[in-house]
Formats: sequence, C-alpha cells, structure tokens
Amino acid sequence: MTFTAPILNYTLLSPILILLGGALIGVIVEAFVSKALRPITQLSITIGTLILALAQVWKIRNEQSMSAAMGSVVIDGPAILLQASILIISIISVLLIADTDHFTALAAALPGSNEERYAQQTGNQVTEVYPLTLFAVSGMMLFPISSDLITLFVALEMLSLPLYLMAGLSRRRRLASQEAALKYFLLGAFSSAFFLFGMAYLYGYSASVTFSGIRAAVVGGSGNDVLLLLGIAFVSVGLLFKVGAVPFHAWSPDVYQGAPTPITGFMAAATKIAAFGAMLRIYYTVFANAEWSWSPPLTAIAIITMLFGSLVAIAQRDIKRMLAYSSIAHAGFLLTGVIALNKAGLEASIFYLFAYGIATVGAFAVVTLVRDSGGEVTDLNRWRGLGKRSPLVATAFAGFLLAFAGIPLTSGFIGKFSIFAAAYESGAKSVVIVGVLSSAIAAFFYIRVIVLMFFTDPIQDGTSVEIPSVLTRATVIFSIVVTIVLGVFPAPVLTLISNFSTFIR
Amino acid sequence: MMSLTLLMILPLIGSMAIVALPKTNEKLVKQVALVTSLVVMGATIALAAGFQRDNVELQFIEKYSWIPSLGINYALGIDGLALVLILMATILAPVVILAGWNESHGGRWSVKTFYILILVLETMMIGVFAATDVFLFYVIFEAMLIPVYFLIGGYGTGERSAAAVKFLIYSLFGGLLMLASIIALYVMSGTQGGHTFDLAALSQLEMSSTTQNLLFLGFFIAFAIKAPLWPLHTWLPDAAESATPGTSVLLLGVLDKVGTFGMIRYCLTLFPDASKTFTPLILVLAVISIIYGAILAIGQRDLKRLIAFTSISHFGFITMGIFAMTTQGQSGATLYMFNHGFSTAALFLVGGWMIARRGSSTISDFGGLQRITPVMAWMFFLAGMSSLALPGLSSFVSEFLVLVGTFTRYPVHAVIATFGIVLAALYILIPVQKALHGPTTPGNENLNDLNLREKIAIAPVMVIIIVLGFYPSPLLKVINPAASHVIAQLGFSDPVPNLTNRSK
Repeated sequence: MTFTAPILNYTLLSPILILLGGALIGVIVEAFVSKALRPITQLSITIGTLILALAQVWKIRNEQSMSAAMGSVVIDGPAILLQASILIISIISVLLIADTDHFTALAAALPGSNEERYAQQTGNQVTEVYPLTLFAVSGMMLFPISSDLITLFVALEMLSLPLYLMAGLSRRRRLASQEAALKYFLLGAFSSAFFLFGMAYLYGYSASVTFSGIRAAVVGGSGNDVLLLLGIAFVSVGLLFKVGAVPFHAWSPDVYQGAPTPITGFMAAATKIAAFGAMLRIYYTVFANAEWSWSPPLTAIAIITMLFGSLVAIAQRDIKRMLAYSSIAHAGFLLTGVIALNKAGLEASIFYLFAYGIATVGAFAVVTLVRDSGGEVTDLNRWRGLGKRSPLVATAFAGFLLAFAGIPLTSGFIGKFSIFAAAYESGAKSVVIVGVLSSAIAAFFYIRVIVLMFFTDPIQDGTSVEIPSVLTRATVIFSIVVTIVLGVFPAPVLTLISNFSTFIR
Repeated sequence: MMSLTLLMILPLIGSMAIVALPKTNEKLVKQVALVTSLVVMGATIALAAGFQRDNVELQFIEKYSWIPSLGINYALGIDGLALVLILMATILAPVVILAGWNESHGGRWSVKTFYILILVLETMMIGVFAATDVFLFYVIFEAMLIPVYFLIGGYGTGERSAAAVKFLIYSLFGGLLMLASIIALYVMSGTQGGHTFDLAALSQLEMSSTTQNLLFLGFFIAFAIKAPLWPLHTWLPDAAESATPGTSVLLLGVLDKVGTFGMIRYCLTLFPDASKTFTPLILVLAVISIIYGAILAIGQRDLKRLIAFTSISHFGFITMGIFAMTTQGQSGATLYMFNHGFSTAALFLVGGWMIARRGSSTISDFGGLQRITPVMAWMFFLAGMSSLALPGLSSFVSEFLVLVGTFTRYPVHAVIATFGIVLAALYILIPVQKALHGPTTPGNENLNDLNLREKIAIAPVMVIIIVLGFYPSPLLKVINPAASHVIAQLGFSDPVPNLTNRSK
C-alpha cells in the first residue's frame, strides 16, 4: 500500500495555522513564564496572533480554492468575509478578556476552597483563557469554510470545547459559572450527537461526506429522500443549537448569565458568526436544491424564535439574561437571511452578523463596567439612573440598544432592513411580517433599559461605574463608532460584501 | 445660493456650537440656540422667496447617491405643501425657544442638552418634509422620535417618562408597519426595473389591488398614529400633558403634521387606488375624531389635555379634507396644517405661561385672570378664538375650505363635522369663562402679566393668525397648485354643483 501525502495549500490555510501556532505558544508561555510577566505576554501574543491572522486573511482575499486541503476546506469570498469578521470581533473581545478581574485565579481549584483563596491572595492568576480563546477562534475560522462533514464536525468541537471551559472561569459566583459550563457542555454534547447522527444519514444518502458529493446527490435526486430528510433534520438541530434558535435555546440564558461577561460577549458575537457562516454555506450550497424540505420547518423555527426571544426578554430582570433572550430573537432575524436563499440574503446575513457582533461585544463591554464591591451588577433595577452617574457609558449602551432595536442611523437598522428585504424578495412574506412585529416587541424592552438608565433616579446602593481601562475603553469606542458609521455610511461595507459574496461550489 | 441641505445643516452647526459651550453659561446657550433658529427662519424665508408658485413639480431638487448597493439616494425636493410646512416649522422654532426661555430648567439634564435636542430636531423636521427618497424619509421619520422622546421624558412634568415611552412605542409600532410596506415597495421596484426608493419611480409601480391595499395600510396606520386619528390617538393627551409647552408645540404643531403630510405625499401618491378604496372608512374615522376629540375636550379639567383633545378634533378635519378628494378639501387641509400649527402654538404657549405662573394646570384653579393679567388673558382669548375658527382669524379660512370641499362630495360627513364647530365653541368658551372671567380664585391675586420677552415671542404668532385670517391668498397661491396637482394625479375632477337637477 502506498501512502499519498496530502497536498496542502499552506498560504490559504495560514490564518488558521497562525492561530493554532499562537495558541500553542500561549500554552508554553503559561507553563514557563513567571507570573508577573504572564498576563502581558499572553495578551501581546494573543492580540499579535489575531492581527497577524487578520493580515493574512486580507492577503488571500482574492483567492478562490476548493482544494486548499484536499477538498476539506473551501476558500471563497464569504469565507474571507466571515473569517475577517470573526477575527475583528475576537480582537475587541480579547481587549475585554484582558481585565483579569473577571476570571478566577485558579480554575482548577474548588470554589470556596483554601487553594482558591490562596491563589487569589497571592495574585497567582493563571491566564489559560488566552490560549483557549485562540483555540476557539481557530475552530470558528474553520467552521464556516469546512467543505466536508468530518472537517465540519472537527471544527464544531474545536470551537465548542474551549468555550465550555471558558464559560466556567468566572471569578465571582463560581458555582453558577461552573453550572453554566456544565449545562453548556452537556447540551452541546447532546447536539453534537444529533449532528453526528445526521452526518451518518447524509453519508447513507449520498455515499459521500464531502459537500460537493452530497450536493451532487441532492441535485441528482436519485437517493432515498427519507435518509436525506433525516440527515438534514439532525444536522440542522446541531447547527440550530449553536446559534441558539428556539427550541434549542435553553442553554443560552443560563450560559450567558453564568459565564464571565467578556466571554459571554465573545461567545455571543463570534460563535454566531461561525455557526451562521457554516449554516449559510450548507443551506446555500449543499441543501439548496432540497429547499422544499427544509424551508418550511426553518421558516416556522425562525418565526417562533423571533417571537419567543422578544416576548420572553420583556420579563427579564437581569441584563445578561435579557441580552441572552435578545440574542435568541436576533438568531431568528438571522434565520430569515438563511431562508431567503438568494444573493441578497447572503450579503444581508453577513452584514447583519458583523454589525450585530460588534454591537454585542460593545454592549457586554459596558456590562463589565457596572459594578459594586461584589463584582458586576447585572440586576436591571440597580442600573437605575446610570445616565446621571456616567452619561457617556450610558449613552454608549443606549446606542447599542438602539442598534439592537434596529432604529435608523444605527447599523442594526441597515442590517434588519436588508435581511428582511432579502427574505421578502424570496417570497417569505410571513417571516418578514412576524419579524417586523417582533422588532416592535423587542423595541419595548430595549427602550425600557434606556428609561431605567436615563429617566429614573439613581438609588444609593453602592452600584458604580468603573472607570474603564484603556483596553475596555478602546472596545467600547470602536464598537460604538462602527455601529454608527455602519448605520450612516454603510455603502463601502455593503459594496465590499457584495463583491465578495458568492459561494463557490 | 440657498439649498435644502444648507437649511438642514444650519441647526446642526448651532447644536455643535452649543456642545462646545460651557455647561454653566446657560444664558449664552439659549442665545446661541435662538440666534441659530432665527438664522434658519431667515434662510427658509429666503428659500421660499425663490420658490416658483405655479410650478407643480418638485423644486430645489438635490440628489446624491447614499447607499448605491441598495439603490438609496439622499434626495431632497419640495413642492408647495412641503414648503408651507417647512416654513411653519422654522417659524415656530424660534418662537418656542424664546417663549419657553426657562422651561428647560426643571429638567433631568442640563439646559445645554435641551437646546441641542431642539436644534437636532429642527434639522430633522426640515428633512422629513423635504425628503423625496422613501428610505431617507423613513430614516428621518424614525430618528426624529429619539430627540422628542428625550425632550418629553427629560424635561416634562408629572408622569413624563411613562408618557415618553407610550409615545415612542406607539410611533415605533407604526413605523415598523411602514417599514414592512417600504420593504415590499423596494422588492417590487427590483423586479420592475431596478431597486429604488425614489418616490416618483415608486409611484409608477404596478401592483395588484390586494398588495396595494395592504401596503397602503402599512403607511396609513403609521401616519394615523402620528397625526392622531381616533382610535390611535391615546398617546397624545399623555404626551402633551407631560411635555413642556414648547415641546408640545413642536410635537403637535410640527411632528404630528408629518402624519397628515405623509397621507398626502405617500399614501395618495404611492397608492391612489387603495386610497380611494379606503376613503369611506377613513372619512368615518375622521368624523369620529372630530366629534370625539371635541366632546372629550369639553370634559377635560387639565388645560394641556384639553388642548391635546382639541388637536385630535382638528386633525380629524385635516384628514377629512385630505380624503375628500377635492381641490378645496386638499388646499383647506394643507392650509389647516399651517394654521393649526400657529393656533396650537398660541394656546400651548399662553396656556403654559398661565400654568407656570399659577403652578397648576387645572382649569378651575384659574379665575379672574382678565382683571389681574389683562394682556395674557387677551392672548389666551385670541388663541382660543383661533382654535374655534372664528371668522377673521386664519383657521376659519381653512376650516371653511375643508367643509366646503368635503360637502361637494360627501355632504353627510360635512354636515356631521359641522357639529364639531359647535362643540369647539363649547370647549373653548368654557375654559375661557372659567379661567379669565368670574371672581378671582384665591391664590391668583399676585400673578404677573406677560413680560417683554413673552410679548415678543407671542407677537409673530398672533400677527400670522390675524393677517392670514384676512388675507390668506399668499399662502393659498403656493398651496393651490400643489393641491390641484395631487387631485389631478388621482384622476379626480371637482364635482360641479348641480342645482337645477335638485330643484326638479
């Protein structure tokens, strides 16, 4: 038996390879560098790696290839856009992660144990969160460019496993944080199983694990449709779990609330891009010719997700839970872009993902700033009068909320408009009408937070707004500027997306 | 060279200047705001001077590409209708600033913020009437809510934040319905010759009558919430009660006109057939608004709520005039929009001064003001007379035109609406009698009469009310061509009174 060496195009794979390299260096640094130098070293390595990967993505932006890794990954316009979005959002998220106050000093120690207290007192802070972030980012980068089911699954696990750990790293309320991590892990494992199950059926249907093979079988239409339907259904469940669509959303409020806030922001923004990126690729290329089978159920899920997220968010009293339900609603809005199944839908989805991701990281950055002596204050009632105490922070947060609500002159409006227009164009009128109605419902709870911040008097309970560190400030300012610029002058970005947004098959 | 963009930029420059001023120098902030609004007013008048009255096409057209990939342009242009409303808005702005010189003091935030919001709002008020790109219009239509929301919630009285939220939720809900319609228009334009938001191009779209009806409703409900038409009016009395008098003037006088303006500019132009289909229903709603607003106004004990309900009645008249589908009805409705702006301004401003002096807005707390503060009392009386459309004052002309224009086509509606005028006499004369005449209510003895600033502020409003009452033709000459153009576009001709047949 002869062994054929795989032919890899290292240039095209370089962004992911750079990230993995950076992550490995991070692991070594974690082991050997003294504790005083560790945080700054890790931060520099992580940011440096991410920027390097972004530069590399930019360098290969005009490449198109199906054979970068023996047909397992595909590099095309949407791939470049999604990868760049993930990297930009990761960079601003890492700036938040750099505030070690959010993370437990020694994750391995039992909550409340002496070891933990000792580590905290001596300042012996471990910084494994950085390499974990890089591993997660490389998984996210691989997820939307995978072009066979095996790679897709590996990427899914690669992005999920570090996130499970990161969700459990919170310094305060550690039990809740660990509970969140465990919940995320169990439900994630469950959905992975569904995903694998679906893969098996698709393989049974098409006798192929590559996207092009399955696509050819779908186009040919000679296979057993039952296998195809089961395959699509189970793979969809796995993907819908990752994006937090109803009824696969149950993990997200708990995980959003329990995870350290910078991680929540990173997860909410970057995971969505990766998961929706993969979803778009699969539905737009592999399953495109079987639209009859997945479009009606996906439409139903989109409608339920939008309504459920918006309605339940109204009842929330915790800012992180509210943002979790808001992100469920946004998953519903994004699903309308998948249903659209046209070029406009792809462009709109990519724009929406980027705009939403930036605003999300910005919003969670503000959440990290509102604290009392026991850490972050996420109870909405204690956000009263924030506008009086720190007008700038409150104004920035209001800006993000208005973007989520889709008020004109923010990026959210352009995103919502273009994604609904695309869905309408494809004939999915019911989705658009429900989308518009749930936007109205959603506006209610976003505005309620603005009312709390600006129109009620502060209560004296020791809640205060931390003076933002330079890094956090950079994140907030960057996010708000992008949110407004994309709302007022979206033309360059829209044109850029339009030039890039064709999947190669 | 005057241009609409320049007109929109001027208030923004003023607000930037205020941003740069120190917070402590409140007087300077107010002066800058006043000067800015006066400059804008002057610029608008200069623009109006260059307006060709007989030309029914849009004038002062500007068009730049904004978001080319979605076919969105920054496109401005005005006809007689838009010109009149922009004039009204820019004349009212300095009046409001001068009249409410101290009303920003009880606010949640600084005086500086108040004037920044007012000037930003002024930019948007000009833009919303001047936009000829539907997307641009929508953006301004929605973005306008934000400064008003903060003006009500931050500087009002009583249940201000609840009122502000109610206002915002109602408006957003309507706005989102309109967004759905706009998306549908956009998609249809894509299948009929390329994506566009150009109003003229969109009005040429072919669509089935079902589609047209649905899209019409999307727009109309948004505008009916704005203009408050019964039964979508409930946010208005709360908002007017809580807002400062100046904010109320801008809200009822200018912003709500966006609703009636939108009915003409967007509903009638984009969906002529659907407009005709829904005319009977809308006329009924308009008549209900007229009577309902008037009856509820009679029952109000709070002066600001009373004025709000009179406005609901007046907006009923305007809507009736628009959907009467006659030239006179159209012209009357447009003139009514202008006049209502000034008579409401007079009522709210004088009423606001009375409330500020007395420290109460309950009508029965006033009494004998005619003897104690004669000038203020006369001004309130005059404002009231303008609101009930006394012949010789400006609102009479417009109300008459609306009724005549409606009568030629819908006599029954017009006759019922006429009862609104009778009720108007009641809702104005009762508070006039209670507040101005009769024995002096304890606590009123030492109220001061209007000071010089207040006299200067109210003077132009009164002059406009009286002069246009006797001599409305300068405005009508601008309005009439636009109005007949709208009616002609709809394919209507004015019914000719046919007396001979009746007598047989």
